[in-house]
Amino acid sequence: MLLRLEDLHRTFGGLRAVDGVRFEVAAGEVHGLIGPNGAGKTTLLNLVSGLLRPSGGSVFLDDLRIDRLASHRIAALGVTRTYQNIRLFPALSAADNVLVGAHLRRVDPLWKRMLFLPGVRREESAARGRALALLARVGMADRAGERASNLSYGEQRRVEIARALASGPRVLLLDEPTAGMNPAEVASIAGLIREVARAGHSVLLVEHNVKLVMDVCDRITVLNFGKVIADGTPAQVAADPAVIAAYLGAER
Amino acid sequence: MNLQALTDLWLTYQSTVAFVGLNGLLALSVYASLSCGQLSLAQAGFMALGAYTSAILTVHAQLPFAVVVLAAVLVPALVAVPLGLPVLRLRGVFLAIATIGFGEVVRIFFVNLDYTNGALGIVAIPRRTQLWMIYGALAVVLFVLWRIRGSRAGYALEAIREDEPAARTMGIHASAYKLAMLVLGAGIAGLAGALDAHLNFMVAPSSYSFSRVVDMLVYAIVGGTSVFYGPVVGAAFLTLLPEVLREVGSRVGLQPGPLRLFVNGLVLLLVILFLPNGLVSLPRRLRGWLESRRSAAHAA
Repeated sequence: MLLRLEDLHRTFGGLRAVDGVRFEVAAGEVHGLIGPNGAGKTTLLNLVSGLLRPSGGSVFLDDLRIDRLASHRIAALGVTRTYQNIRLFPALSAADNVLVGAHLRRVDPLWKRMLFLPGVRREESAARGRALALLARVGMADRAGERASNLSYGEQRRVEIARALASGPRVLLLDEPTAGMNPAEVASIAGLIREVARAGHSVLLVEHNVKLVMDVCDRITVLNFGKVIADGTPAQVAADPAVIAAYLGAER
Repeated sequence: MNLQALTDLWLTYQSTVAFVGLNGLLALSVYASLSCGQLSLAQAGFMALGAYTSAILTVHAQLPFAVVVLAAVLVPALVAVPLGLPVLRLRGVFLAIATIGFGEVVRIFFVNLDYTNGALGIVAIPRRTQLWMIYGALAVVLFVLWRIRGSRAGYALEAIREDEPAARTMGIHASAYKLAMLVLGAGIAGLAGALDAHLNFMVAPSSYSFSRVVDMLVYAIVGGTSVFYGPVVGAAFLTLLPEVLREVGSRVGLQPGPLRLFVNGLVLLLVILFLPNGLVSLPRRLRGWLESRRSAAHAA
Protein backbone atom coordinates (compact mmCIF):
# COMPACT_ATOMS: atom_id res chain seq x y z
CA MET A 1 0.00 0.00 0.00
CA LEU A 2 1.27 3.46 -0.88
CA LEU A 3 -0.41 5.46 1.88
CA ARG A 4 -1.49 3.85 5.13
CA LEU A 5 -3.24 5.49 8.08
CA GLU A 6 -3.09 3.52 11.31
CA ASP A 7 -5.32 4.26 14.26
CA LEU A 8 -4.98 7.99 13.64
CA HIS A 9 -6.25 10.34 16.37
CA ARG A 10 -6.46 14.09 16.69
CA THR A 11 -8.20 15.94 19.47
CA PHE A 12 -8.87 19.67 19.84
CA GLY A 13 -9.47 20.17 23.54
CA GLY A 14 -12.27 17.71 24.28
CA LEU A 15 -13.30 17.30 20.64
CA ARG A 16 -12.17 14.13 18.90
CA ALA A 17 -11.92 15.46 15.37
CA VAL A 18 -10.22 12.30 14.10
CA ASP A 19 -10.82 9.25 16.22
CA GLY A 20 -9.02 6.03 15.39
CA VAL A 21 -9.08 6.27 11.61
CA ARG A 22 -7.43 3.52 9.60
CA PHE A 23 -7.49 2.99 5.85
CA GLU A 24 -5.10 2.49 2.95
CA VAL A 25 -4.65 4.04 -0.46
CA ALA A 26 -3.10 1.90 -3.21
CA ALA A 27 -0.81 3.23 -5.92
CA GLY A 28 -2.76 4.68 -8.83
CA GLU A 29 -6.01 4.56 -6.89
CA VAL A 30 -8.56 7.33 -6.52
CA HIS A 31 -9.70 7.10 -2.94
CA GLY A 32 -12.74 9.11 -1.87
CA LEU A 33 -13.15 10.50 1.61
CA ILE A 34 -16.68 11.60 2.33
CA GLY A 35 -18.81 12.41 5.33
CA PRO A 36 -21.12 15.07 6.71
CA ASN A 37 -19.78 18.52 7.63
CA GLY A 38 -17.51 18.37 10.64
CA ALA A 39 -16.73 14.68 10.14
CA GLY A 40 -12.99 15.37 10.29
CA LYS A 41 -12.09 15.11 6.59
CA THR A 42 -10.06 18.31 6.34
CA THR A 43 -8.38 17.58 9.69
CA LEU A 44 -7.36 14.23 8.26
CA LEU A 45 -5.77 15.87 5.21
CA ASN A 46 -3.97 18.32 7.50
CA LEU A 47 -2.58 15.37 9.46
CA VAL A 48 -1.39 13.58 6.32
CA SER A 49 0.24 16.72 4.86
CA GLY A 50 1.97 17.60 8.12
CA LEU A 51 0.14 20.85 8.88
CA LEU A 52 -1.14 19.22 12.07
CA ARG A 53 0.49 16.67 14.35
CA PRO A 54 -1.61 13.63 15.26
CA SER A 55 -2.50 13.13 18.91
CA GLY A 56 -1.98 9.41 18.32
CA GLY A 57 -1.51 6.80 15.62
CA SER A 58 0.65 7.02 12.54
CA VAL A 59 0.77 7.69 8.81
CA PHE A 60 2.99 5.61 6.52
CA LEU A 61 4.08 6.39 2.98
CA ASP A 62 5.29 3.08 1.61
CA ASP A 63 6.72 1.83 4.88
CA LEU A 64 8.17 5.13 5.99
CA ARG A 65 6.49 6.80 8.92
CA ILE A 66 5.77 10.43 7.95
CA ASP A 67 3.49 11.80 10.67
CA ARG A 68 6.31 13.34 12.69
CA LEU A 69 7.97 15.01 9.69
CA ALA A 70 7.80 18.71 8.80
CA SER A 71 5.37 19.46 6.00
CA HIS A 72 8.10 20.38 3.51
CA ARG A 73 9.70 16.96 4.10
CA ILE A 74 6.38 15.22 3.53
CA ALA A 75 5.99 17.14 0.27
CA ALA A 76 9.51 16.12 -0.72
CA LEU A 77 8.56 12.47 -0.18
CA GLY A 78 5.73 12.93 -2.68
CA VAL A 79 2.56 14.13 -0.93
CA THR A 80 1.09 17.46 -2.11
CA ARG A 81 -2.32 18.99 -1.71
CA THR A 82 -4.93 21.60 -2.50
CA TYR A 83 -6.99 23.49 0.04
CA GLN A 84 -10.71 23.73 0.69
CA ASN A 85 -10.34 27.49 1.21
CA ILE A 86 -8.08 28.13 -1.79
CA ARG A 87 -4.56 29.12 -0.81
CA LEU A 88 -2.89 30.27 -3.98
CA PHE A 89 -0.21 32.95 -3.65
CA PRO A 90 -2.51 35.87 -4.54
CA ALA A 91 0.11 38.35 -5.79
CA LEU A 92 1.75 35.82 -8.14
CA SER A 93 0.50 34.99 -11.62
CA ALA A 94 -1.11 31.63 -12.33
CA ALA A 95 2.07 30.45 -14.07
CA ASP A 96 4.28 31.62 -11.19
CA ASN A 97 2.06 29.77 -8.71
CA VAL A 98 2.64 26.57 -10.67
CA LEU A 99 6.34 27.36 -10.86
CA VAL A 100 6.45 27.57 -7.05
CA GLY A 101 4.72 24.20 -6.98
CA ALA A 102 7.59 22.83 -9.07
CA HIS A 103 10.10 23.87 -6.37
CA LEU A 104 11.02 20.27 -5.55
CA ARG A 105 11.68 19.31 -9.16
CA ARG A 106 13.88 22.28 -9.93
CA VAL A 107 17.60 22.72 -9.62
CA ASP A 108 18.71 26.30 -9.94
CA PRO A 109 21.91 26.93 -8.00
CA LEU A 110 22.06 30.62 -7.19
CA TRP A 111 25.79 30.93 -7.72
CA LYS A 112 25.37 29.80 -11.31
CA ARG A 113 22.67 32.40 -11.76
CA MET A 114 24.99 35.06 -10.33
CA LEU A 115 27.52 34.15 -13.03
CA PHE A 116 24.93 34.10 -15.83
CA LEU A 117 25.83 30.52 -16.80
CA PRO A 118 23.79 29.43 -19.82
CA GLY A 119 22.45 26.24 -18.24
CA VAL A 120 20.45 28.27 -15.76
CA ARG A 121 18.41 30.02 -18.41
CA ARG A 122 17.69 26.68 -20.08
CA GLU A 123 16.50 25.23 -16.77
CA GLU A 124 14.30 28.24 -16.15
CA SER A 125 12.64 28.17 -19.53
CA ALA A 126 12.15 24.39 -19.25
CA ALA A 127 10.51 24.84 -15.82
CA ARG A 128 8.29 27.60 -17.17
CA GLY A 129 7.40 25.39 -20.13
CA ARG A 130 6.35 22.59 -17.79
CA ALA A 131 4.28 25.03 -15.74
CA LEU A 132 2.47 26.26 -18.85
CA ALA A 133 1.88 22.68 -19.98
CA LEU A 134 0.30 21.89 -16.60
CA LEU A 135 -1.90 24.96 -16.85
CA ALA A 136 -2.98 23.79 -20.30
CA ARG A 137 -3.81 20.40 -18.81
CA VAL A 138 -6.24 22.02 -16.35
CA GLY A 139 -7.63 24.26 -19.10
CA MET A 140 -5.99 27.45 -17.89
CA ALA A 141 -3.41 28.08 -20.62
CA ASP A 142 -4.96 31.36 -21.73
CA ARG A 143 -4.95 32.76 -18.16
CA ALA A 144 -1.31 31.93 -17.33
CA GLY A 145 -0.19 35.54 -16.92
CA GLU A 146 -3.13 36.65 -14.78
CA ARG A 147 -2.65 37.43 -11.09
CA ALA A 148 -4.12 34.61 -9.01
CA SER A 149 -6.30 37.05 -7.05
CA ASN A 150 -7.99 38.16 -10.29
CA LEU A 151 -9.07 34.64 -11.27
CA SER A 152 -12.56 33.31 -10.69
CA TYR A 153 -13.20 30.75 -7.99
CA GLY A 154 -13.29 27.79 -10.35
CA GLU A 155 -10.18 29.00 -12.16
CA GLN A 156 -8.31 29.34 -8.88
CA ARG A 157 -9.20 25.76 -7.97
CA ARG A 158 -7.82 24.51 -11.27
CA VAL A 159 -4.59 26.49 -10.87
CA GLU A 160 -4.26 25.03 -7.39
CA ILE A 161 -4.51 21.50 -8.78
CA ALA A 162 -1.87 22.33 -11.39
CA ARG A 163 0.37 23.73 -8.62
CA ALA A 164 -0.04 20.57 -6.55
CA LEU A 165 0.78 18.40 -9.58
CA ALA A 166 3.85 20.43 -10.50
CA SER A 167 6.15 18.58 -8.11
CA GLY A 168 5.13 15.23 -9.61
CA PRO A 169 3.59 13.88 -6.38
CA ARG A 170 2.97 10.21 -5.67
CA VAL A 171 -0.10 11.08 -3.60
CA LEU A 172 -2.30 14.06 -4.41
CA LEU A 173 -4.63 15.28 -1.67
CA LEU A 174 -7.63 17.20 -3.06
CA ASP A 175 -9.82 19.05 -0.57
CA GLU A 176 -13.20 19.70 -2.22
CA PRO A 177 -11.77 20.50 -5.67
CA THR A 178 -15.17 21.16 -7.25
CA ALA A 179 -16.72 23.40 -4.58
CA GLY A 180 -18.36 26.34 -6.29
CA MET A 181 -18.03 24.90 -9.81
CA ASN A 182 -20.75 24.49 -12.43
CA PRO A 183 -21.55 21.01 -13.84
CA ALA A 184 -19.37 21.44 -16.93
CA GLU A 185 -16.39 22.42 -14.76
CA VAL A 186 -17.08 19.47 -12.44
CA ALA A 187 -17.03 17.12 -15.42
CA SER A 188 -13.67 18.46 -16.55
CA ILE A 189 -12.25 18.04 -13.04
CA ALA A 190 -13.55 14.46 -12.97
CA GLY A 191 -11.73 13.80 -16.24
CA LEU A 192 -8.58 15.40 -14.85
CA ILE A 193 -8.67 13.26 -11.69
CA ARG A 194 -9.00 10.06 -13.74
CA GLU A 195 -6.16 11.14 -15.98
CA VAL A 196 -3.94 11.91 -12.98
CA ALA A 197 -4.63 8.45 -11.54
CA ARG A 198 -3.92 6.78 -14.90
CA ALA A 199 -0.55 8.54 -14.92
CA GLY A 200 0.27 6.64 -11.72
CA HIS A 201 -0.46 9.21 -9.02
CA SER A 202 -2.72 8.22 -6.17
CA VAL A 203 -5.49 10.64 -5.28
CA LEU A 204 -7.14 11.11 -1.92
CA LEU A 205 -10.27 13.08 -2.68
CA VAL A 206 -12.38 14.90 -0.11
CA GLU A 207 -15.59 15.90 -1.84
CA HIS A 208 -19.23 16.72 -1.18
CA ASN A 209 -20.39 16.13 -4.74
CA VAL A 210 -21.64 12.54 -4.35
CA LYS A 211 -22.04 11.95 -8.07
CA LEU A 212 -18.41 12.92 -8.71
CA VAL A 213 -17.20 10.68 -5.89
CA MET A 214 -19.23 7.72 -7.16
CA ASP A 215 -17.98 8.32 -10.72
CA VAL A 216 -14.24 8.68 -10.18
CA CYS A 217 -13.36 6.79 -7.00
CA ASP A 218 -12.06 3.24 -6.86
CA ARG A 219 -12.67 3.06 -3.13
CA ILE A 220 -14.46 5.27 -0.65
CA THR A 221 -14.01 5.78 3.08
CA VAL A 222 -16.88 7.39 4.97
CA LEU A 223 -16.20 9.41 8.11
CA ASN A 224 -18.70 10.55 10.71
CA PHE A 225 -17.71 12.31 13.94
CA GLY A 226 -14.08 11.42 13.31
CA LYS A 227 -14.69 7.68 12.95
CA VAL A 228 -14.70 5.47 9.86
CA ILE A 229 -18.25 4.18 9.45
CA ALA A 230 -17.79 2.53 6.06
CA ASP A 231 -15.02 1.61 3.65
CA GLY A 232 -15.35 -0.09 0.30
CA THR A 233 -16.17 0.26 -3.38
CA PRO A 234 -18.67 2.99 -4.34
CA ALA A 235 -21.43 0.40 -4.73
CA GLN A 236 -20.76 -1.14 -1.32
CA VAL A 237 -20.64 2.21 0.40
CA ALA A 238 -23.82 3.47 -1.27
CA ALA A 239 -25.70 0.43 0.01
CA ASP A 240 -24.30 0.60 3.53
CA PRO A 241 -27.03 1.26 6.12
CA ALA A 242 -24.64 3.18 8.40
CA VAL A 243 -23.82 5.59 5.56
CA ILE A 244 -27.46 6.12 4.72
CA ALA A 245 -28.17 6.74 8.41
CA ALA A 246 -25.35 9.25 8.72
CA TYR A 247 -26.45 11.20 5.65
CA LEU A 248 -30.24 10.98 5.95
CA GLY A 249 -30.77 10.20 9.62
CA ALA A 250 -31.56 6.71 10.91
CA GLU A 251 -35.02 5.18 10.34
CA ARG A 252 -36.76 4.12 13.47
CA MET B 1 29.96 78.39 -12.58
CA ASN B 2 33.71 78.14 -12.10
CA LEU B 3 35.77 75.26 -10.81
CA GLN B 4 35.99 76.68 -7.31
CA ALA B 5 32.21 76.77 -6.96
CA LEU B 6 31.93 73.15 -8.13
CA THR B 7 34.57 72.09 -5.61
CA ASP B 8 32.74 73.92 -2.84
CA LEU B 9 29.46 72.28 -3.83
CA TRP B 10 31.10 68.84 -3.73
CA LEU B 11 32.72 69.51 -0.35
CA THR B 12 29.37 70.60 1.05
CA TYR B 13 27.46 67.59 -0.18
CA GLN B 14 29.93 64.70 -0.34
CA SER B 15 28.97 63.48 3.12
CA THR B 16 25.31 63.57 2.08
CA VAL B 17 26.15 61.46 -0.97
CA ALA B 18 27.95 58.98 1.30
CA PHE B 19 24.97 58.81 3.65
CA VAL B 20 22.61 58.13 0.76
CA GLY B 21 24.66 55.02 -0.03
CA LEU B 22 25.02 53.88 3.57
CA ASN B 23 21.34 54.36 4.31
CA GLY B 24 20.54 52.47 1.11
CA LEU B 25 22.59 49.52 2.40
CA LEU B 26 20.83 49.67 5.77
CA ALA B 27 17.41 49.79 4.12
CA LEU B 28 18.34 46.71 2.07
CA SER B 29 19.38 44.87 5.22
CA VAL B 30 15.82 45.29 6.54
CA TYR B 31 14.44 44.41 3.10
CA ALA B 32 16.29 41.08 3.06
CA SER B 33 14.00 39.69 5.75
CA LEU B 34 10.95 41.63 4.54
CA SER B 35 11.29 39.90 1.16
CA CYS B 36 10.11 36.69 2.78
CA GLY B 37 7.56 38.40 4.99
CA GLN B 38 9.60 38.62 8.19
CA LEU B 39 9.75 41.89 10.10
CA SER B 40 13.15 41.68 11.79
CA LEU B 41 14.27 44.77 13.71
CA ALA B 42 17.63 43.39 14.83
CA GLN B 43 19.48 45.34 12.13
CA ALA B 44 20.76 48.16 14.36
CA GLY B 45 22.28 45.45 16.56
CA PHE B 46 23.90 43.76 13.54
CA MET B 47 25.18 47.14 12.38
CA ALA B 48 26.67 47.75 15.84
CA LEU B 49 28.39 44.34 15.76
CA GLY B 50 29.88 45.14 12.36
CA ALA B 51 30.94 48.64 13.37
CA TYR B 52 32.57 47.56 16.64
CA THR B 53 34.25 44.54 15.06
CA SER B 54 35.77 46.74 12.38
CA ALA B 55 36.79 49.50 14.79
CA ILE B 56 38.51 47.07 17.16
CA LEU B 57 40.36 45.34 14.33
CA THR B 58 41.52 48.62 12.85
CA VAL B 59 42.48 50.42 16.07
CA HIS B 60 43.87 47.53 18.13
CA ALA B 61 45.10 45.09 15.47
CA GLN B 62 45.93 47.44 12.59
CA LEU B 63 44.63 44.92 10.08
CA PRO B 64 44.19 45.84 6.40
CA PHE B 65 40.82 47.39 5.65
CA ALA B 66 39.69 44.54 3.35
CA VAL B 67 40.16 42.02 6.17
CA VAL B 68 38.41 44.37 8.60
CA VAL B 69 35.37 44.72 6.33
CA LEU B 70 35.21 40.97 5.74
CA ALA B 71 35.18 40.36 9.50
CA ALA B 72 32.49 43.03 9.95
CA VAL B 73 30.29 41.12 7.50
CA LEU B 74 30.97 37.69 8.98
CA VAL B 75 30.57 38.44 12.71
CA PRO B 76 26.95 39.68 12.57
CA ALA B 77 26.11 37.02 9.95
CA LEU B 78 27.37 34.30 12.30
CA VAL B 79 25.53 35.83 15.27
CA ALA B 80 22.33 35.85 13.17
CA VAL B 81 22.32 32.03 13.00
CA PRO B 82 21.82 31.25 16.71
CA LEU B 83 19.54 34.30 16.99
CA GLY B 84 17.43 33.26 14.01
CA LEU B 85 16.95 29.61 14.91
CA PRO B 86 14.68 30.39 17.88
CA VAL B 87 13.19 33.78 16.98
CA LEU B 88 12.20 32.96 13.39
CA ARG B 89 9.66 30.54 14.84
CA LEU B 90 7.79 33.67 15.93
CA ARG B 91 5.44 35.48 13.61
CA GLY B 92 4.61 39.11 12.87
CA VAL B 93 4.67 41.40 15.85
CA PHE B 94 6.24 38.78 18.13
CA LEU B 95 9.23 38.45 15.83
CA ALA B 96 9.51 42.25 15.71
CA ILE B 97 9.56 42.51 19.50
CA ALA B 98 12.06 39.67 19.96
CA THR B 99 14.45 41.24 17.44
CA ILE B 100 14.07 44.69 19.03
CA GLY B 101 15.12 42.94 22.24
CA PHE B 102 18.25 41.62 20.52
CA GLY B 103 19.16 45.11 19.28
CA GLU B 104 18.84 46.54 22.78
CA VAL B 105 20.90 43.73 24.27
CA VAL B 106 23.72 44.49 21.82
CA ARG B 107 23.57 48.21 22.56
CA ILE B 108 23.58 47.72 26.34
CA PHE B 109 26.41 45.19 26.01
CA PHE B 110 28.59 47.84 24.39
CA VAL B 111 27.50 50.50 26.91
CA ASN B 112 28.88 48.24 29.64
CA LEU B 113 31.97 46.99 27.82
CA ASP B 114 35.05 48.73 29.24
CA TYR B 115 37.27 47.43 26.42
CA THR B 116 35.42 49.74 24.00
CA ASN B 117 35.13 52.68 26.46
CA GLY B 118 31.51 52.00 27.40
CA ALA B 119 29.04 54.67 26.42
CA LEU B 120 31.78 56.90 24.98
CA GLY B 121 32.69 54.35 22.35
CA ILE B 122 35.81 54.08 20.21
CA VAL B 123 37.09 57.36 18.85
CA ALA B 124 39.81 58.43 16.43
CA ILE B 125 39.20 55.57 14.02
CA PRO B 126 41.29 56.31 10.92
CA ARG B 127 39.26 57.25 7.89
CA ARG B 128 39.45 54.34 5.45
CA THR B 129 36.08 54.45 3.73
CA GLN B 130 36.02 55.91 0.24
CA LEU B 131 32.88 56.85 -1.60
CA TRP B 132 33.50 54.20 -4.26
CA MET B 133 33.55 51.52 -1.56
CA ILE B 134 30.10 52.51 -0.35
CA TYR B 135 28.63 52.52 -3.83
CA GLY B 136 30.57 49.41 -4.81
CA ALA B 137 29.06 47.60 -1.82
CA LEU B 138 25.61 48.91 -2.71
CA ALA B 139 26.04 47.71 -6.29
CA VAL B 140 27.12 44.23 -5.17
CA VAL B 141 24.17 43.89 -2.79
CA LEU B 142 21.71 45.12 -5.41
CA PHE B 143 23.21 42.70 -7.94
CA VAL B 144 22.76 39.76 -5.55
CA LEU B 145 19.16 40.71 -4.76
CA TRP B 146 18.45 41.21 -8.47
CA ARG B 147 19.75 37.74 -9.34
CA ILE B 148 17.76 36.14 -6.53
CA ARG B 149 14.57 37.57 -7.95
CA GLY B 150 13.02 35.20 -10.47
CA SER B 151 15.20 32.28 -9.41
CA ARG B 152 13.89 29.15 -7.74
CA ALA B 153 14.93 30.65 -4.40
CA GLY B 154 13.32 33.97 -5.34
CA TYR B 155 9.98 32.28 -6.01
CA ALA B 156 10.31 30.37 -2.74
CA LEU B 157 10.80 33.66 -0.86
CA GLU B 158 7.73 35.19 -2.52
CA ALA B 159 5.69 32.12 -1.69
CA ILE B 160 6.76 32.28 1.96
CA ARG B 161 5.81 35.95 2.08
CA GLU B 162 2.38 35.25 0.61
CA ASP B 163 1.41 32.14 2.58
CA GLU B 164 4.03 30.31 4.60
CA PRO B 165 2.11 27.11 5.50
CA ALA B 166 1.03 26.68 1.87
CA ALA B 167 4.62 27.23 0.77
CA ARG B 168 5.76 24.52 3.15
CA THR B 169 3.34 22.01 1.65
CA MET B 170 4.93 22.76 -1.75
CA GLY B 171 8.15 21.37 -0.27
CA ILE B 172 9.74 24.74 0.46
CA HIS B 173 11.99 24.61 3.52
CA ALA B 174 10.64 27.91 4.86
CA SER B 175 12.76 28.08 8.03
CA ALA B 176 15.98 27.65 6.04
CA TYR B 177 15.04 30.42 3.60
CA LYS B 178 14.01 32.76 6.42
CA LEU B 179 17.27 32.09 8.25
CA ALA B 180 19.31 32.63 5.09
CA MET B 181 17.70 36.02 4.50
CA LEU B 182 18.22 37.05 8.13
CA VAL B 183 21.90 36.12 7.81
CA LEU B 184 22.17 38.03 4.52
CA GLY B 185 20.53 41.09 6.11
CA ALA B 186 22.87 40.84 9.10
CA GLY B 187 25.90 40.73 6.80
CA ILE B 188 24.68 43.79 4.88
CA ALA B 189 24.07 45.69 8.13
CA GLY B 190 27.54 44.76 9.39
CA LEU B 191 29.07 45.94 6.13
CA ALA B 192 27.28 49.27 6.41
CA GLY B 193 28.38 49.52 10.05
CA ALA B 194 32.06 49.07 9.15
CA LEU B 195 31.91 51.58 6.29
CA ASP B 196 30.08 54.05 8.54
CA ALA B 197 32.61 53.66 11.38
CA HIS B 198 35.56 54.34 9.07
CA LEU B 199 33.81 57.35 7.56
CA ASN B 200 32.85 59.12 10.79
CA PHE B 201 35.96 58.35 12.86
CA MET B 202 33.97 56.90 15.78
CA VAL B 203 31.52 54.27 17.01
CA ALA B 204 29.33 54.71 20.09
CA PRO B 205 26.41 52.67 21.42
CA SER B 206 24.00 55.59 21.10
CA SER B 207 24.26 55.36 17.30
CA TYR B 208 22.62 51.93 17.32
CA SER B 209 19.46 52.60 19.29
CA PHE B 210 15.94 51.53 18.42
CA SER B 211 15.31 54.74 16.48
CA ARG B 212 18.12 53.77 14.09
CA VAL B 213 16.36 50.59 13.00
CA VAL B 214 13.06 52.47 12.72
CA ASP B 215 14.80 54.82 10.27
CA MET B 216 15.94 51.82 8.21
CA LEU B 217 12.43 50.39 8.18
CA VAL B 218 10.94 53.74 7.16
CA TYR B 219 13.38 53.97 4.22
CA ALA B 220 12.27 50.54 3.05
CA ILE B 221 8.55 51.26 3.44
CA VAL B 222 8.66 54.71 1.86
CA GLY B 223 10.65 53.39 -1.09
CA GLY B 224 8.56 50.24 -1.44
CA THR B 225 9.29 46.62 -0.60
CA SER B 226 7.67 44.98 -3.63
CA VAL B 227 10.89 45.35 -5.64
CA PHE B 228 14.48 45.02 -4.47
CA TYR B 229 15.58 48.56 -5.39
CA GLY B 230 12.63 50.22 -3.59
CA PRO B 231 14.42 50.52 -0.22
CA VAL B 232 17.34 52.33 -1.90
CA VAL B 233 14.94 54.81 -3.51
CA GLY B 234 13.35 55.43 -0.11
CA ALA B 235 16.72 55.87 1.59
CA ALA B 236 17.88 58.33 -1.07
CA PHE B 237 14.65 60.30 -0.91
CA LEU B 238 14.56 60.58 2.88
CA THR B 239 18.29 61.34 3.15
CA LEU B 240 18.19 64.09 0.54
CA LEU B 241 14.93 65.59 1.74
CA PRO B 242 16.43 67.34 4.82
CA GLU B 243 19.07 68.98 2.62
CA VAL B 244 16.38 70.37 0.35
CA LEU B 245 14.32 71.39 3.35
CA ARG B 246 17.29 73.18 4.90
CA GLU B 247 17.65 75.30 1.79
CA VAL B 248 13.93 76.03 1.67
CA GLY B 249 13.71 76.51 5.44
CA SER B 250 16.56 78.99 5.60
CA ARG B 251 14.86 81.13 2.96
CA VAL B 252 11.52 81.25 4.75
CA GLY B 253 13.17 81.47 8.20
CA LEU B 254 12.24 78.04 9.65
CA GLN B 255 14.46 75.94 11.93
CA PRO B 256 15.65 72.84 10.00
CA GLY B 257 15.52 70.34 12.91
CA PRO B 258 11.82 70.29 13.79
CA LEU B 259 10.83 70.75 10.16
CA ARG B 260 12.78 67.65 9.19
CA LEU B 261 11.06 65.40 11.72
CA PHE B 262 7.68 66.80 10.78
CA VAL B 263 8.21 66.28 7.05
CA ASN B 264 9.61 62.75 7.55
CA GLY B 265 6.51 61.81 9.50
CA LEU B 266 4.27 63.42 6.90
CA VAL B 267 5.99 61.57 4.04
CA LEU B 268 5.61 58.23 5.81
CA LEU B 269 1.95 58.89 6.48
CA LEU B 270 1.22 59.97 2.90
CA VAL B 271 3.02 56.95 1.45
CA ILE B 272 1.22 54.48 3.70
CA LEU B 273 -2.15 56.06 2.93
CA PHE B 274 -1.82 56.69 -0.80
CA LEU B 275 1.11 54.60 -2.06
CA PRO B 276 1.09 51.35 -0.10
CA ASN B 277 3.69 49.93 -2.52
CA GLY B 278 6.02 52.85 -1.92
CA LEU B 279 7.57 55.54 -4.08
CA VAL B 280 8.61 53.02 -6.72
CA SER B 281 4.95 52.49 -7.54
CA LEU B 282 4.43 56.22 -8.15
CA PRO B 283 5.10 56.20 -11.93
CA ARG B 284 2.64 53.37 -12.50
CA ARG B 285 0.07 55.06 -10.28
CA LEU B 286 0.44 58.34 -12.14
CA ARG B 287 0.10 56.60 -15.50
CA GLY B 288 -3.06 54.83 -14.34
CA TRP B 289 -4.44 58.09 -13.00
CA LEU B 290 -3.71 59.95 -16.24
CA GLU B 291 -5.28 57.23 -18.35
CA SER B 292 -8.44 57.19 -16.28
CA ARG B 293 -8.59 60.99 -16.57
CA ARG B 294 -8.18 60.75 -20.32
CA SER B 295 -10.85 58.11 -20.75
CA ALA B 296 -13.17 60.11 -18.50
CA ALA B 297 -12.56 63.15 -20.70
CA HIS B 298 -13.37 61.05 -23.78
CA ALA B 299 -16.59 59.83 -22.23
CA ALA B 300 -17.65 63.38 -21.36
